[in-house]
Amino acid sequence: MFDLAILQSRFGDQITESTFRDNHRIVVPAHSLYPILECLKTEQGFDALMELTAVDYLEYEGATDRYGVVYVLLNTVNSERLIVKTMINPPQLELPSVYPLWKSADWLEREVYDMFGIVFPGHPDLRRILMPEEFTAFPLRKDYPLKGIGERHNFPVITRAES
Amino acid sequence: MAVGLPENVFLTQLDAAANWARSNSLWPMPFATACCGIELMATAASRHDIARFGAEVMRFSPRQCDLLIVAGRVVMKMLPVLQRIWLQMPEPKWCISMGACACTGGVFDTYAVVQGCDRFIPVDLYVPGCPPRPEQLLAALIEMQNKIKQTGTLMGSEFGRRTTPTGPSPFDLDELRRAREMQPLVDLEIYTPPTLAEAVQAGAKRV
Amino acid sequence: MPLTQLDTAPPEAADQEFLWTLNFGPQHPATHTTLRLVLTLDGERVVNAVPDIGYLHSGFEKLGEHLDFNQYVTIVDRMNYLSPLANEIAWHNAVEKLLDIELTPRCKVLRTILAELMRMHDHLLNVGTTGLDLGAFTAFLYAFQQRELIYDIVEYASGQRFHTSYTRVGGVLFDVNLDWADKVRSFVKGFRPVYHEIDKLLTRNRIFIERTKGIGVLSQADAINMGATGPIARASGVVRDLRKDEPYLAYADYDFNVICSQGGDCYARYLVRMRELLESIKIIEQAVENIPAGPVNIEAASDVVLPAKPAVYRSIEGLIQHFEVLMPNRGYTVPHEEIYAATESPNGELGFYIVGDGTTRAYRARTRPPSYVHFAMFPQMIRGHLLSDVVAVLGSINIIAAELDR
Repeated sequence: MFDLAILQSRFGDQITESTFRDNHRIVVPAHSLYPILECLKTEQGFDALMELTAVDYLEYEGATDRYGVVYVLLNTVNSERLIVKTMINPPQLELPSVYPLWKSADWLEREVYDMFGIVFPGHPDLRRILMPEEFTAFPLRKDYPLKGIGERHNFPVITRAES
Repeated sequence: MAVGLPENVFLTQLDAAANWARSNSLWPMPFATACCGIELMATAASRHDIARFGAEVMRFSPRQCDLLIVAGRVVMKMLPVLQRIWLQMPEPKWCISMGACACTGGVFDTYAVVQGCDRFIPVDLYVPGCPPRPEQLLAALIEMQNKIKQTGTLMGSEFGRRTTPTGPSPFDLDELRRAREMQPLVDLEIYTPPTLAEAVQAGAKRV
Repeated sequence: MPLTQLDTAPPEAADQEFLWTLNFGPQHPATHTTLRLVLTLDGERVVNAVPDIGYLHSGFEKLGEHLDFNQYVTIVDRMNYLSPLANEIAWHNAVEKLLDIELTPRCKVLRTILAELMRMHDHLLNVGTTGLDLGAFTAFLYAFQQRELIYDIVEYASGQRFHTSYTRVGGVLFDVNLDWADKVRSFVKGFRPVYHEIDKLLTRNRIFIERTKGIGVLSQADAINMGATGPIARASGVVRDLRKDEPYLAYADYDFNVICSQGGDCYARYLVRMRELLESIKIIEQAVENIPAGPVNIEAASDVVLPAKPAVYRSIEGLIQHFEVLMPNRGYTVPHEEIYAATESPNGELGFYIVGDGTTRAYRARTRPPSYVHFAMFPQMIRGHLLSDVVAVLGSINIIAAELDR
């Protein structure tokens, strides 16, 4: 069962909580993210990580930090969901990997690294997963254009006569 | 020489005979990437039967096929694979680009999708649709058969003459021109038609 | 495409010299389109399998930031292309939750029927291609014939077989005809005999059982820890179904069972999908008997839904409302909030994390793709099995490349 008081007493008062429609959300500071998630998993019963993603708030109205990393946790026994969000800013784009807690974080963190450039120390194998290995930019950042900067057509042309 | 030929002997050109054989037994190489792949499978299923046209033998090895059907969007990471498969196919070979994504990039004008596989692969036939109905793919197959029957040769010499690429160039001038056209022009003189009085004064008979 | 020497060391490999590397894909006959596996084999036994994906990555999520909620449904369609309407229903479920819109009863029932038809669509193809990959071609043809009938039903409702873009915010594109329900009923009547034929072909088939029983076992603890959902999790003993645990649309009104199994192997997954076909037919039967009358889109006076065309052409209010909804800066009011909403798609939990920023475009439209999470479990499931089992396991976890790569 989710108990905010335990978290706040143990990890400080910076944890804010809110509810929107039927989503229960908490925002935690980045330095206490791993202990909080560990407490949520081991003591409060959130045994499945459903989703791990990031949002780039560069063009968002009223944003204070650049990146928000979102963890959607699920308690399979009583169907309770919790969304944990933490905010980070460049140049310290690093968050501890939660792979030791939930193995589903393996590929989810790789995708966040591939798309946003956020590094997860502690991850067993952090390399690009969706883009080719030699791709250099981070596509889902807001300063990368939709149509790319020419990588998609950078290949040799084969005509019929030579093939 | 008035030799009567029996009924089961006919005279033709070698080219026509080869074309007839090749077009009625096109073995497709399904390069099924995405949703068009499902419509390709549906074309091979029992309702729209591609076996009627001799093309149900979808051998997945490029060494044994003659018709490459690019069904689905081709992504930047997949393009070298597509090129390699095209080069691995033996002559004679043809290519059908199936679906909007393979023809022009479709809905996906993004950083990762190649805007048309014909920019990098020589394509013979384009099938529009998202996804094209199986009937449309069968019509394309019939069109392909007609094309082979009309323009094919025994030794495949028509392929050696196609030296220009079939699609737009990778970085095409259209994109640059469109980008230029979207910038507003300054100091542009805008034509204003003359008023009635001016036109009459200038001697117009009819206004 | 170079074979990169990946540094994930194979475990329990005493003498590494006889291990050889086989590249499986990205273009291969197992009809699961573009995914690549770099297999390290000891003779025929798989020592390690490293997946390499991204061969269909089309930038869906970046497109979501440039398209309207109603325009993005065309893109979401193309994710799990075996069950397009299920994706649309999931997307609009999330958007309607963000905008706090309650659907009309008729719309809920219609969407429920279509979602269940799409579940059957996906499971039929999966059962068919499982047979096809293992060499049983007839089951594939029977399954595809039933899928063609479902295509007919969907075409009758929306105008297109596939990629219908049928749902809209607050409703659907247009209402179904009066005899659409008859079409559904005739499909339902004809389905059960065909189900039994496919069953007779595969379920007690000695060869099929030998090739799938005990292969690719996923334990219950692993299933939960690695984020499995849907038929794969249920076949490993995780009793979770979003239609029962967090009901959405009209599922709370219908009586159906959740199919689970303890086996966790390919055979269990196949059986779960087959029995789920019967449960879906049960739901469709109940739903189609009493489709509520009434409007299918929410109140025409709202600022979210397009009014009916007769009202647009004949009344000034309809015309104004039409323009107000479509003009870019005058649509509906979207809160500056974020939401995560999931539905039970045929493949598992398909969730969307939408960040709204006041305009009618999502600021971030993230998809939680079930295939992506399931494919990460593949190396663990295949270790120690034979090369021919790779195809069986790949088929049973139902990887759809477009959802995998987005």
